[in-house]
Amino acid sequence: MTTQTIAGVPVEVNDEGFLEQPDQWTREVGAAIAAENGIAQMTDRHWQVVEFMRTTYLEDGSAPSIRTLGKASGVPVKELYQLFPKGPAKLAAKIAGIPKPRGCI
Amino acid sequence: MGNEPIEKVSIIISKGSLEGVYPGLIMANGARMEGIEANVFFTFFGLDAIHKQRQGKIKVATVGNPGMHMATWLGAVPGMSSVATKMMGKKMEELDIPPIPEFVELVSDSGGGLYACKASVDMFGFTKADFVDQVEGVITVGEFYEQAAGGQIIFT
Repeated sequence: MTTQTIAGVPVEVNDEGFLEQPDQWTREVGAAIAAENGIAQMTDRHWQVVEFMRTTYLEDGSAPSIRTLGKASGVPVKELYQLFPKGPAKLAAKIAGIPKPRGCI
Repeated sequence: MGNEPIEKVSIIISKGSLEGVYPGLIMANGARMEGIEANVFFTFFGLDAIHKQRQGKIKVATVGNPGMHMATWLGAVPGMSSVATKMMGKKMEELDIPPIPEFVELVSDSGGGLYACKASVDMFGFTKADFVDQVEGVITVGEFYEQAAGGQIIFT
C-alpha cells in the first residue's frame, strides 16, 4: 500500500492501483485513473457504469458480477466491453475507487 | 519463457453434461473479464450447449460420477438427474451463475467467439441452423488450430 496523489488528492492505493479507501474517491480521481488506464475521455455511459459499480459496492459490500452489471446498470454487456475493452468489471471498479471484484462470473 | 500475461485462449468443450459444460463457459467468460481474447469450440456432446432445443435441458450426471457421492443405483432412479440439476441450478443462481443458454449468450456478448466442430456436426447430422444465432460458424479442426494460433488451448 502506498500513498499517491491523483488529481491533486492524496489517496491510498494497493499495488494494482485500486483505492484502499473508497471514501477518498472523487469524480476527478476516477477520471484520472481512467486516463491512466487507456480511457482518455469518460462519457456519460462510462460514468453510468462506474456509478452503478460504486453504488452497488457501497450498498452491498461487494461489486456486481458482469452478469448483474449487464442486466441492471442500464448498459448491456456488448457495450460494456466497447466502453472498457480490457475488462469492464475490473476497470470500472478501479475507476469507481472500490476494491477489485473477486467473483468468477 | 518469462511470465508474460496470457493474451488469448481457445477453449474446447467436449462433454454434454452440466459439469462438462460449465467449466469451459466460466473460463471463457473469465478470460474476457480479464481482457483476454477467447474462443470456444464445441465438439461431440459439448455441441448440446449451443443446440437450440437441447441447451436448456443439460443435466448433471448422477450415474458414473463418483463426485456426486451417491450410490450408483440411487443415481439411476428416474428423475434423479433432474432433481440434482434443479438443486444445483438453484445454488448457482444464488451465486449469480447464469443458466447455460444465458451463459452462452453472455460469452458471445462479451466478445467470445463460439464455433461448432464440423466432424461432430456431420456425425450427429446437425446443420448450422440447429445452433443458437451466436454461433459464428461450423469449422474444421484445421481451422480451429489456425484460429488458436498464438494462444493457449484448453480442453475440457
